[in-house]
Amino acid sequence: MIEVHNVQKSFDGNQVLKGITCRFETGKCNLLLGGSGTGKSVLLQCIVGLMKPDLGSITFDGTVFTNNKVNIRQEIRRKIGMLFQGSALFDSMTVHENVEFPLKMLTPDMTREERRDRVEFCLKRVGLENAGTKMPSEISGGMKKRVGIARAIAPNCTYLFCDEPNSGLDPLTSIKIDELIYEITHEYNITTVVVTHDMNSVIEIGDHIIFLYKGQKLWDGNKDEILNAQVPELKEFIFSSSLVRAAKKVDDETEGGLAAATTDEAINI
Amino acid sequence: MVKSFGEFLLFLQSMLTRKERAVVLWQRTLDECVIIGINSIFIVAIVSAFIGAVTCVQIAYNLTNPLIPKSTIGYMVREMTILELAPTITSIVLAGKVGSSIAGGLGTMRITEQVSALEVMGINSASYLVLPRILASMLMFPLLVILAMALSIIGGYLAGSLTGALSAQEYIEGIRTDFIPYNIVFALIKSVVFAFLVSAISSFKGFYTQGGALEVGAASTTAVNNSIIAILVADFALAALLL
Repeated sequence: MIEVHNVQKSFDGNQVLKGITCRFETGKCNLLLGGSGTGKSVLLQCIVGLMKPDLGSITFDGTVFTNNKVNIRQEIRRKIGMLFQGSALFDSMTVHENVEFPLKMLTPDMTREERRDRVEFCLKRVGLENAGTKMPSEISGGMKKRVGIARAIAPNCTYLFCDEPNSGLDPLTSIKIDELIYEITHEYNITTVVVTHDMNSVIEIGDHIIFLYKGQKLWDGNKDEILNAQVPELKEFIFSSSLVRAAKKVDDETEGGLAAATTDEAINI
Repeated sequence: MVKSFGEFLLFLQSMLTRKERAVVLWQRTLDECVIIGINSIFIVAIVSAFIGAVTCVQIAYNLTNPLIPKSTIGYMVREMTILELAPTITSIVLAGKVGSSIAGGLGTMRITEQVSALEVMGINSASYLVLPRILASMLMFPLLVILAMALSIIGGYLAGSLTGALSAQEYIEGIRTDFIPYNIVFALIKSVVFAFLVSAISSFKGFYTQGGALEVGAASTTAVNNSIIAILVADFALAALLL
């Protein structure tokens, strides 16, 4: 579990995070939801240590990360896997080498054969067993995201962070990436944090959703509760999507909760 | 400017704290040696051979006094090449080629989040990406300067012989006159200092690039400009200190 306590961050006097307190639960897909410029990515970067918060603390399974000793921060970081918005694959390496890279760097005790087996397993897990020899420039955006996920899970990460995993992808590929993240989270019981403003992702994988608005946490709950949330800013955000409006209609008609209102049904309406 | 210099020093310090394992550093340094050294041989060879040739022809053109022996042309080509042209011009050429490559490469890695990916993995990105580039430069620049010295003198020899400015015998006699071995040492010291300046300044500019493709280009240009200025200032300082 990751606990964020009163995290604040400013840039040139502009306060982007205004004292956010929240927790991300183990074995769940935790979604950081909000519009552009609400501080989602800044909060994510503070959590993974790419930015230092001005105030507040971040704790990983009881171990304080913020302002702790370098070796303790390093230990925590080695348990982190991250899928970046642009995938951030090393473009001078093949797909296989990209996935192997964290193993080479973080687990020097592994033999070459063990590394190769692990890479093959991870690539197979994300459905890319035949793409190992390709360069990142030779594969599609969706495949890059899959490679990014494979690289993140290769060293048996405990925490998986995904920064807008659906950006730049078509709806079908987006759903597949969401499903993959969801399956991996539950399969390995890891703590997953997904930054998104995509309502499809909310409906598909939102075990736990935190809604940010102007640097503050306004609401948290799960995907079954979100359509009935009574926060005006959240309602305005989620019902700006016609797909969600349709899903809500199905939800009301079937009275079966959002689970009954699948995306397919919404599309049919 | 003081702030930038302070940031530059902090950048160098960050590279030396939490270094990667020696085996990783060694492999990365060898990779960079190929990119920085081997891939620069062609341009260094062309530039140095022609500079030697032009130096020889121009000295011959200016040396019209019949009382001065023609072997002086060979002597002057050697002195100019070893003391100044080979280390300084080669380093300026490499500032353009290697410096822009380092700044552009690191800048692209920064804006495509590859540097962030390394940091998230718990890898010291400065140590992993920059230290091998600086070490490789400091290893390869002196070797390229030695090559440049040799080719420049050969270029002078060929130009002098082919144009009839002086005979091969006179040229060889000139390049063997009053040879001071310390000049070679001085040139190699200069090349190591220039290598550090080019690679460190270019890495610094590339590593902290922010924005997009335009900013990567701007960072490369600034890296080359700053490297060349640093080379010229260091050239004067070293000459004043060591000669």
